[in-house]
Amino acid sequence: MSRHPIRASALGRSALVHLTLGGYCLLVLCPILLVLLNSFKSRAGIFDDPLGLPTTATLSLAGYGKVLGDAAVGHMFVNSAIVTGVSLAAILLLGAMAAWALTEYGFFGNRLLALFLAFGIMVPIRLGSVAILQEMVALDLVNTLTALVLVYIAQGLPLAVMILSEFVGQVPQELKDAARCDGVGEYRIFFQVVLPLIRPAVATVAVFTMVPIWNDLWFPLILAPSEQTQTITLGVQQFVGQFATDWNAVLAALSLAVLPILVLYAVFSRQLIRGITAGAVK
Amino acid sequence: MARLELSNLSKSYGSSQVLHDIDLVVADGELVVLVGPSGCGKSTLLRMICGLEDITEGEMRIDGERVNDLPPARRGIAMVFQSYALYPHMTVRANMAFGLKIHGADKAQRAARVLAAAKALHIDHLLDRRPRELSGGQRQRVAIGRAIVREPRLFLFDEPLSNLDAALRVKTRIELARLHRELAATMVYVTHDQVEAMTLGDRIVVMHEGRIQQAGTPLELYEHPANRFVASFIGSPTLNLVPATTQACSSAGARLEVHAGCVVDVAVDGASLLPGQAVEIGIRPEHLRVADGNMSAAGIRFGGEITLIEQLGESHLVYLRCADGLELVSRASGHTRLRVGDRIALEADPGTLHVFDARGAACVRRR
Repeated sequence: MSRHPIRASALGRSALVHLTLGGYCLLVLCPILLVLLNSFKSRAGIFDDPLGLPTTATLSLAGYGKVLGDAAVGHMFVNSAIVTGVSLAAILLLGAMAAWALTEYGFFGNRLLALFLAFGIMVPIRLGSVAILQEMVALDLVNTLTALVLVYIAQGLPLAVMILSEFVGQVPQELKDAARCDGVGEYRIFFQVVLPLIRPAVATVAVFTMVPIWNDLWFPLILAPSEQTQTITLGVQQFVGQFATDWNAVLAALSLAVLPILVLYAVFSRQLIRGITAGAVK
Repeated sequence: MARLELSNLSKSYGSSQVLHDIDLVVADGELVVLVGPSGCGKSTLLRMICGLEDITEGEMRIDGERVNDLPPARRGIAMVFQSYALYPHMTVRANMAFGLKIHGADKAQRAARVLAAAKALHIDHLLDRRPRELSGGQRQRVAIGRAIVREPRLFLFDEPLSNLDAALRVKTRIELARLHRELAATMVYVTHDQVEAMTLGDRIVVMHEGRIQQAGTPLELYEHPANRFVASFIGSPTLNLVPATTQACSSAGARLEVHAGCVVDVAVDGASLLPGQAVEIGIRPEHLRVADGNMSAAGIRFGGEITLIEQLGESHLVYLRCADGLELVSRASGHTRLRVGDRIALEADPGTLHVFDARGAACVRRR
């Protein structure tokens, strides 16, 4: 009987935690849900009852028809996929290699380099937009996907190096020594011993890196706004007119734009959870 | 197999020197055990032999070939680590074959060598498991197997048994000894456990504070320790040290006064001692026995009160405190009827005594 109050208080605390998290979840999910619901409604349905579920009277796939029928939208998806995919691959590869080099080898300027990369986390890359634009103009890279890829690699690397360094540092020294005794070269040690062991961390970094790149509007707008190089996030804007906005198309395009990210997240998420809790729970 | 020669090997980290002038030859097929307390530099020495640590000064040769600047793999060395260091994401088979694969051995040869080693170590039924599915002893065998398949010139072991429980440690120790005999391989083995050192080593190298204190066969170290450190380190429980004063000494022997009225003649080379000098007598616990009244006149005797008795079954330990505060421990086989608080006398024959001068160096015992 004496344990009863303790259990009650534990229950209360757990309820409070769930209430807070549930509330936050609702806050985050509501706008997405709203976009998704309204993308299936007719224009009249959207304006008459923005919060209502689509009814037989208001159900309409006009937006999807328009977006999917538009060849340019498909092209935008491809652009987004290329930019995100190439940047992500480069960030993960270069970030992991840099993390390995910074933690494993004591070379001149090691600390300085680590500090320099940490600086990249503290200062938002958008502060350098003007300089970046000037540079891209000088390199004749404006309106190319290369420009975006380069900028995103610079944007993603510091955090990637920082997180991965932490995990590379946890790979036991004896394992690396054993590999060296086995005559394994340094590149092979990295790719065949270290990288498989920090895979959860790589997945974590992948998710944190991928989402901002896919969602970014700023750099596509200033560096690659041409028809040929528009990403989906930027391309959606074409349905937003100065005088009339095609809400069906905007909402349908936005809903579709979320999909690839959701799929990738599902792929990484199992590893992601292991990555976040690794070290915390042993 | 190979002969390993270390001459004047030194290691410094910045300004602090951790190893001083190590001279050591490991003969072909010999198992040499490096032993010492933690921090004595034995693991650092092993890592230098392996090639994982740079050699600051001196020279290292394997079969006459200078290998100072060769990377580990090119030295033809395999090492077994304390934590086993198995690749967690690979199966046992892949773990054992990894080194061979890197060196370009073809698939059939790899499979054959892995299987042969696995059979020798009785782990052939585990080849498709991952390290985390294995017990400590099995992991240990895989680590040894990984070393064997590479057919190295020299095996290095870094405290390979210290993560095993006591029963398994004894079993694995015996297997290692058997393996050494079968492979006739040159091995260097690091441990801090003197029982492992005594049972496994053809020769033992006792290290302390970055220097070799003495190298010799287990019995040499036990019978003729070079100094007080080696004498205390080898043998369990540790030997008793009793202060004494020299009365007369020559190269044939030394007459020592242990305490008032107790004078003993010890057959050691006392040429380096001066009369009236303070020395220490070392007495192994197994050489101290409970006096039964009719002792020989030449012996050495201590009276006191028993403070503790430890019954180990096959033997027992008696801890004695003398009137002048001296603490002694004696070991004898079987059981004892003595009790804590009993007043007894312990005695030892002069032939069993060790004598150390003021600097701790041992006087050579006459055989």
